[in-house]
Amino acid sequence: MSDLLSWLAEPMQYAFMARGLLAAVIVGVICPVLGAYVVLRGMAFFGDALAHIILPGVVIAYLLGWPLGVGALITGVLAAIGIGALSQRKEIKEDTAMGVIFAGAFALGIALLSTQRSYAVDLSHILFGNLLGVSAGDLWLMAALAAVVFLLVVAFYKEFLVLSFDPVLAVTLRLPVTFLKNLLLVLIAVVIVTSLQAVGVALVLAMLVTPAASAYLLTRRLPTMMLLGAALGAAGSVVGLYLSFYANIASGPAIVLTETLLFLLVLFVGPRRGLLWRRRATEA
Amino acid sequence: MAELFARPAPHDPAAPPVQVEGVSLAYDGVTALRDVTFNLAAGARVAVVGPNGAGKSTLFKIMVGVLRPTSGEVRIYGGSPGGHVCIAYVPQRSQVDWTFPVSVADVVMMGRIRAMGLFRWPTPEDWRHVDAALLRVGMLELRGRQIGELSGGQQQRVFLAQALAQGAELVLLDEPLSGLDVPSQEAIFSILDELRASGVTTLVATHDLNLAAERCDQILLLNRRLVALGPPAAVFTRPLLMEAYGGHMHLVPEGEGVIILTDTCCDGEEAVHE
Repeated sequence: MSDLLSWLAEPMQYAFMARGLLAAVIVGVICPVLGAYVVLRGMAFFGDALAHIILPGVVIAYLLGWPLGVGALITGVLAAIGIGALSQRKEIKEDTAMGVIFAGAFALGIALLSTQRSYAVDLSHILFGNLLGVSAGDLWLMAALAAVVFLLVVAFYKEFLVLSFDPVLAVTLRLPVTFLKNLLLVLIAVVIVTSLQAVGVALVLAMLVTPAASAYLLTRRLPTMMLLGAALGAAGSVVGLYLSFYANIASGPAIVLTETLLFLLVLFVGPRRGLLWRRRATEA
Repeated sequence: MAELFARPAPHDPAAPPVQVEGVSLAYDGVTALRDVTFNLAAGARVAVVGPNGAGKSTLFKIMVGVLRPTSGEVRIYGGSPGGHVCIAYVPQRSQVDWTFPVSVADVVMMGRIRAMGLFRWPTPEDWRHVDAALLRVGMLELRGRQIGELSGGQQQRVFLAQALAQGAELVLLDEPLSGLDVPSQEAIFSILDELRASGVTTLVATHDLNLAAERCDQILLLNRRLVALGPPAAVFTRPLLMEAYGGHMHLVPEGEGVIILTDTCCDGEEAVHE
C-alpha cells in the first residue's frame, strides 16, 4: 500500500508535474461536456478543422510576444463565426470549404513558424502539447475558460439540446437559432484553445470526441453522457500522465492513447451497446 | 436576452388558423410550389395528398416558418408564422435521430421550453404538464424509455405528446402513418380526434388515400400547385386524381367503383434538389 502511495506521490514532488496533472484534469473534464454535442451533432471534422485553423493565430501571438492563449482565442472565435457563416451559403459544400481553409491556415501557421530558429521544438509543442510547461498563470486561465464554458453549457442546456435533437423544433419554438449555433461554435473554439497546451493542435480532437463517444455508448440520457464523459476524460488524463511519467512517453499522446483504449474497451465489452454482448444476443 | 427572440406575431383567435395566399417557392430554378392559395377553419382535419415530390413537406416547412416562400404569404391566426409558438411540426420518423440519448419525457419536455423561458430548469409544474400530455397519448408508463426503444407507433405518439405539451393549436404531421400497423394508426387517429374536439387544426401528409378519405374532413390535393381542396367525395374523383397523379396512377375498375393505385413508395420524398 505504501509502495503504491509512493509510486503515486513520486511524480507530484515536481511542481511542473502537479501543474500538468491539474491542467490535464481540467481539460479532461471540460472537453467531453461540450464534446457530447460534437459527437451528437456530427461535428468532429469541424472540431479538427478549427483546431488547425487556430495555428496561425498562435504563431502570430508567439512572434509578437503575446500570450499564446490570446492569439488562439481571437483566431478560434473568428474562425468559428466564419465557418458558421460559410455553412449558410450554398456555392460549395461545407466540409470542402472547411477543408480548404483548414489546410491553408495550417500551412500559413507552419510557414510563419519556420522562419524561427527554434522551429522544431516550437512546432512539436504546438502540435502535440507541452503539458509539463504549464505555468501557474496558464493554469488559472485554463480554469477560468473551462468555468465559463461549463456555466454557458448549463445555462443554455435545454436550448442546445433542442437545437441538436430537432432543429425544426428549435425554429417552431422560435428559439434564437443562429445565435445558439454560433454560441456553440464559439464554445468549441474556446475549449480547443483551453486544451491546446495539454495535447496540442493535432490531438485536441481526441479530447473532444473520444471520452464523449465512450460515454455515448454507455448511457441513454444526455446529462449522464456529459458526466460520464467528464469522468472518463479525467481518468484518461490522470492515467495518461502517470503512463507518460513512468514509461517516458510524451504526455499528450499518452493521454490520448489512454482515452482511445478506454473507448475500445467500452466499444467491445460495454454493458449497453458493447459489440460482444450484441453478438451474444443475436446468437441467442 | 429577450431581443434574441423573434417578436411574437399577433395571434387573433377570431382569424382563420391558416391562410395561405399565392405561395410559391423555387429552389435553384426548380419550382417546388406554385401559387398555392387556401384557407382552413379551426378544428379542421385536412389530409395533404399528392405524388412524391408534390411539395407536401415544403408546404409544411413554409407553414411552420422554417422555409420562406419566394412569393406569397402565410398567415397563422392572422400573423406571420415566424412569431408563433402555437404551431407544432411532427417530423417524419426517418428524419429523427432515434439513437439520441433522450428519454420519452425529455422529448415531450422540449415542447415546453419556450413557455419555461431562458435560464430556467423544469419545475414540478412543468413535469406535471409533461405527464399529462403522456397520459393523453397513453405513453405515461414508458416515460423513462430511451426513444430508440419504442415501436414506430409509440415514437409517433411521443411527438404528438410534445405538441400537446407545447399547447399547439395547429399541428402538422409529416407522413405519420407510413410503416405503422392498423392498431397503431387507430391509436394516432383517436388522439387526433381528441385534438379536433378541442379545436386544434391538424394537417396530415399521407400516401394512404383510403385513410385520408375515411378519417379526414378535407383533402388537400397537391402537385406543386393546389389541385383541389374539399371533402373527400368531391376531391377523390377521376379527373382530379388524374390531374394530380398523372401517369403515376392507375384506375382499376371493380364492380360499381374503381380501385385507385398510386405510386406510394419511399420515405425521403420531396427531393427538391435534383
